[in-house]
Amino acid sequence: MGGLPLLRISGMSKGFTMHLQGALRLPVVSHVAFEVAAGECVVLGGPSGAGKSSILKSVYGNYLSDCGEILIRHDGEMVDIARLAPRGMLEVRRRSVGYVSQFLSVIPRVTAIDLVTQEGVKWFQDREQAEARAAELLTRLNVPERLWNLPPATFSGGEQQRVNIALGFIGRHPLLLLDEPTASLDAKNAGVVRDLIAERKALGHGLLGIFHDPAMRDAVADRIVDVTSFAAVA
Amino acid sequence: MTMRDLPLLEIEGLTHFYGAQLGCRNVSFDIYSGEVLAIVGESGSGKSTLLNCLSAQLRPTGGTIHYRMRDGSRLDVYGAGEAEQRRLLRTDWGFVHQHPHRGLRMGVSAGANVGERLMVVGERHYGNIRAKALEWLGKVEIDGARIDDVPNTFSGGMQQRLQIARNLVTEPRLIFMDEPTGGLDVSVQARLLDLIRTLVADLGLSVIIVTHDLAVARLLSDRIMVMKGGEVIETGLTDQVLDDPHMPYTQLLVSSILQVGA
Repeated sequence: MGGLPLLRISGMSKGFTMHLQGALRLPVVSHVAFEVAAGECVVLGGPSGAGKSSILKSVYGNYLSDCGEILIRHDGEMVDIARLAPRGMLEVRRRSVGYVSQFLSVIPRVTAIDLVTQEGVKWFQDREQAEARAAELLTRLNVPERLWNLPPATFSGGEQQRVNIALGFIGRHPLLLLDEPTASLDAKNAGVVRDLIAERKALGHGLLGIFHDPAMRDAVADRIVDVTSFAAVA
Repeated sequence: MTMRDLPLLEIEGLTHFYGAQLGCRNVSFDIYSGEVLAIVGESGSGKSTLLNCLSAQLRPTGGTIHYRMRDGSRLDVYGAGEAEQRRLLRTDWGFVHQHPHRGLRMGVSAGANVGERLMVVGERHYGNIRAKALEWLGKVEIDGARIDDVPNTFSGGMQQRLQIARNLVTEPRLIFMDEPTGGLDVSVQARLLDLIRTLVADLGLSVIIVTHDLAVARLLSDRIMVMKGGEVIETGLTDQVLDDPHMPYTQLLVSSILQVGA
């Protein structure tokens, strides 16, 4: 199992058909093929609009790819999520692939510490351990302790973003997708995210990310996959 | 293979006609334990007909529904007698109506509304019933001091929460919900949705919820079925169908919501 990659994409294409615009066909990427191995952070490169986000969302099953394979290592086997029923995809998301977006989808009335702890409970033996880890992450990400027992709905954009990063990193998904988690973070907090990524790599996890900031990208990337090489022809 | 790996509810080829008028046609799907399925569509799409057929309240013209009982046996819902169907609806299933007055008895106290379902499953001890009713009022955030008040004196949001308590007190495994937040103010809706979300997760309930509100579907459901003209036209993971809709009608539904919500 050690030899299997965490992600293997081959022959994948994704486009959109805009039925409200006279069935306008918008091809985005085609013949996408690359892998993410254990312990490596792969960054998708290319200008905006090249399809980086579409690839990431297809890997999470949030977008439905048009053809090809998207194999994710799940329970020691490579599972093609492009052909997985919703129930199976939810199981893969629960245990094998996580997603850190740029924005926190706020749930009313749940406090910051509970939000992160609830996610942690899925991975740690008991609630106490999960809460300790949640507190550690919020501390490292400089979310002031006086905010922990408040629902993040009232937080500033930056504070919400850092709660969101804690939420994404408390899990132990062997494959973690990062959709510009550091956009508009200050240098200190961007450094924390860099450390969190390094820690996951040390655990043998794989990361696939989008980072606009070139300094951040160069700091975390073991390899850059140029998405323009998958440009779809209209 | 454990019971969790077997579907709780299996629907095959479900079809209903009102005379010559189509209600819903050829609907097939499975629901597993702990899954939340949203059925969305506009009024007239057949989603309420489907919900009534699923919940043993409207005998379909065709198709079958099988339900996995607690002992693992598989019940043919419409092959079973009416007494058995009624018993299911009062114990192992719940039904939360859009209008609380359809799901509550408005003339009897809140405590009795919750306690009544317990009596159906055989609880006779008054003290136990009252204690359990009080516990459930607490879980749905209704002040225990209101236990002897009739639902007529409650706000719309409280009535809806009481209806949920009445349904959940017998620890059902499958809950049907018909536009549970329809007609409520936005702030009241948010609180109710949050409560439903928490209870469903804590109790591991399976839920089939009918709604025209895609935001409700997004917040509560894992899977979604889009209906139009009595047929299921698109189905999948909720976030996938809403973020990457494929059918023209689903794209129209999603784009209409975004204009209002964004």
